[in-house]
Amino acid sequence: MSAELEPTIGLEVHMHLKTRTKLFCGCKVEYDVRPNSNVCPVCLGMPGVLPVMNREAVELSVRMALALGCAIPDFAKWDRKHYYYPDLPKNYQISEYDQPLGVGGHLDIETSKGTRRIGITRVHLEEDAGKLMHAETGNYSIVDLNRTGTPLLEIVSEPDVRSAEEARAYGEALRQLAVYLGVGHCNMQLGQMRFEPNVSLRIGAGPDGKPRYTPISEMKNLNSFRSVERAVTYEIARHREEYLAAPAKYTLENLGKETRGWNDDAGTSFLMRSKEEAHDYRYFPEPDLVPFMPDRKWVEELRAGVPELPEKRRRRFISDYGLPEYDAGVLTAERAVADFYEKVATSVKDPKAASNWMMQDVMRVLNERKIGIAELPMTAENLAELVALVKQGTINRNTGAEVFNKMLATGKSAAEIVKAEGLAQVGDSSAIEAFVDQALAANAKAAQDYRGGKKASFGRLMGEAMKASGGKANPQVVKEILLKKLGG
Amino acid sequence: MAITDLNAIQMRDALRRREISASEATGACLSAIAGLDPKVKAFLAVDADGARRRAAEIDKRLAAGETVGLLAGVPVAIKDNMCIRNGLPTTCASRILGNWKAPYDAHVVERLAAEGAVIVGKTNLDEFAMGSSTENSAFGATRNPWDLGCVPGGSSGGSAAAVAARMVPIALGSDTGGSIRQPAALCGVVGLKPTYGRVSRYGLVAFASSLDQIGPFARTVADAAMLLQVTAGEDKRDSTCVSGRDQPVPDYLASLEEPVKPLRIGLPKQFFGAGLDGEVEKVVRSALAVYERLGAQLVEVDLPHSTEYAIATYYIVATSEASSNLARYDGVHYGYRSSDHKDMIDMYMRSRAQGFGDEVKRRIMLGNYALSSGYYDAYYKKALKVRRLIRGDFEKAFRQVDCIMGPTSPTAAFRQGEKTADPLAMYLSDVYTVSCNLAGIAGISLPCGFTAAGLPVGLQVLSDVFTEDRLLRIARMYEREVDWAARRPPVCEGAA
Repeated sequence: MSAELEPTIGLEVHMHLKTRTKLFCGCKVEYDVRPNSNVCPVCLGMPGVLPVMNREAVELSVRMALALGCAIPDFAKWDRKHYYYPDLPKNYQISEYDQPLGVGGHLDIETSKGTRRIGITRVHLEEDAGKLMHAETGNYSIVDLNRTGTPLLEIVSEPDVRSAEEARAYGEALRQLAVYLGVGHCNMQLGQMRFEPNVSLRIGAGPDGKPRYTPISEMKNLNSFRSVERAVTYEIARHREEYLAAPAKYTLENLGKETRGWNDDAGTSFLMRSKEEAHDYRYFPEPDLVPFMPDRKWVEELRAGVPELPEKRRRRFISDYGLPEYDAGVLTAERAVADFYEKVATSVKDPKAASNWMMQDVMRVLNERKIGIAELPMTAENLAELVALVKQGTINRNTGAEVFNKMLATGKSAAEIVKAEGLAQVGDSSAIEAFVDQALAANAKAAQDYRGGKKASFGRLMGEAMKASGGKANPQVVKEILLKKLGG
Repeated sequence: MAITDLNAIQMRDALRRREISASEATGACLSAIAGLDPKVKAFLAVDADGARRRAAEIDKRLAAGETVGLLAGVPVAIKDNMCIRNGLPTTCASRILGNWKAPYDAHVVERLAAEGAVIVGKTNLDEFAMGSSTENSAFGATRNPWDLGCVPGGSSGGSAAAVAARMVPIALGSDTGGSIRQPAALCGVVGLKPTYGRVSRYGLVAFASSLDQIGPFARTVADAAMLLQVTAGEDKRDSTCVSGRDQPVPDYLASLEEPVKPLRIGLPKQFFGAGLDGEVEKVVRSALAVYERLGAQLVEVDLPHSTEYAIATYYIVATSEASSNLARYDGVHYGYRSSDHKDMIDMYMRSRAQGFGDEVKRRIMLGNYALSSGYYDAYYKKALKVRRLIRGDFEKAFRQVDCIMGPTSPTAAFRQGEKTADPLAMYLSDVYTVSCNLAGIAGISLPCGFTAAGLPVGLQVLSDVFTEDRLLRIARMYEREVDWAARRPPVCEGAA
């Protein structure tokens, strides 16, 4: 019976948009500043103030919606959602209720079961609330309204997610996409991205043939991928248990939707509101804002400006450049890295060599120094020059690695370093023959071993010949001459 | 002639000619307020020091030969639901705002200051502009200068009474369902509700956002035109205020003396039906006869949705928006907070229970009900549909006629306390005025005579969106033929 209990999960994801100012006023969006320092009469909801829509926020929202494959309707509007709480000075939130700015898209995610397509129901723009902090001692709370009015994008998925792993992968993919598009910073520590999974289990079909479900648990305000995964795992297990204990009672028809909180320390969820206690938000169209009726040309311009998305690019790197899955994933995780790589690859016309340099040298430095590719003291053009020098045989790969480090340290170009330090490799066979002879003379035993069938000795002789050349000999030529001399 | 008998343009011109000083003008108004307002109770707060300072500044600038604004040195009163950062509290005639002082100026206040006006004080209103008699004020009722036992109308009763009693030549009010035109009619002054979007609402404490507009009170059409000139125009802080590119503000005074010819006047049969006081109808019809004499053509028009449906629609739309706009008064961030609460929810409930008056509570409850899940479609959504039909009525009518005329209010000023126990009777005072707000068009009320008891009667003229220039010209055509503005209310005679 339990095999039929298939998790049916939809996610509501909130993310702060990367705007300079708030959604309805000119206050700056900043984090970790003195409480109540970025506020004005408008975001404080004082009597007589009016909201003015932030055009950049609308543009970023539409960009994200387009990237998710959503349709942008000709008419969208804002609505007021009412509830009383001290972090919401107007006691209503300006949101979009029944006519959001983006509808019907999808996001493909990578899971252990392969690629899964998650439907996107809607994308809408709303304002964030402030923060309430409860005093540790004393019977009061304090309110910080810096966050009030921060543009918040809500992305609602279809109930297509089937596991905690998928829920996490979906969240990660959304984050990657938003960062890729420059829509949001999505810094989890700063609360710039929050998740609300709606968890239910499908209980086979009822007598009418329609699928039945366990109640929907809306898990509030999870703010890390780990907590999403843990909370969903916990909730799936809890639903299974509750259902198996009382299969006739624990159903969506009986209990509807409930709101639950997640205690991350205890690793348990708890009931916040049952169906009976659900808020009546008394939505109605916001009369202080004009509806959003986008110019189609503007939408098409935005659509044209949407860059190739990470997942599509990853697949293209695999198919067009022949990169291994893992390398393609690493190189497309960030747009700037992928752009850097592609510049090198197309410039040297050797995507594999370029990938090799990126994976072995560039990524290592980024990880060691904990920097972004923008801070790497080297441009894609600089790296391409180095890769080309190796490819042409001017220097060998090992020398190349040394040059790479020197480039980082000095900021000089590869050609400059090679020239200044006389690192160009020796490809002249008569010169190399001398190095080989030197190596054979000094290592007669090894040569003898090799001839006697101990093929492993070749490496030793090869190394010695290279050493004799000061590392500058073309290894391919050394190898050929050595083999000939050894009679191999 | 006393300074307070001068209208705003006369006063401004006398100032420019240096016949009087701004300090004298302001002083005269402050004296009139000191003498009359204990009886009329038009003002909630008077900023005598601030006004004298501002007047002295204008005098200095005039003496230095500097260019001064359109209203330089002219005293103005503003309804106490507009924010002003001069130290006077903004109360909306409610206890809930406590002693809240706005940290910013309303757009109209900025405009007044830019044109050199001297704001002398803030006038009484029905709490949050909800009412038709200015009796719903937490700080006491305003009296009608023509009969202190009568109401001045509302909700901008304080501004109407202040202008009628010649305490100030001009004042600002706000009109959500007739709150400028009805008190203008009951107090015998000119009151104009501009097209929705003509004047920025920034800094006007919202009652019903899709209906509210700020407009002028004056004793003459020209003064109303000038005050509209100063306050109208684009303001980026109000998204519902039209841009100067789409609707530039015309020079209202430049064209004012040009009669509209030919003039076709629409008379909706719905504005002359049951409920209209016979004496009011007679006075209004005599005003229509004046237009006829001037060559106007009177045409019957049909506004099938614009009286009984208009009241029902209005009270759903206005209360729904009000329930939302007034949600912010909760005692948390500013304003009144109860001192005897047990917890947060209790604090919300007690603060609101103690802070709001009965009429405001009634409308919040009506609005919350209309917006509740399960009722939204039957009430709010239906009301929006009727609203479109009302707009359609006017669009159709304005294809046939230049303007629509009728009584502003079905009765002249009624007695204090007469309708306070019967909200529905009170709501019917607005029966001819609410459709104008629902349709978003412009409307004006002009003094057009008196009842036998000596109470003023108002003629309402409505015209299509953004045709205030023509509306004012039509009003001026009548004003030139009559002399109602010269008549002084009894309370002024007593003081003289």
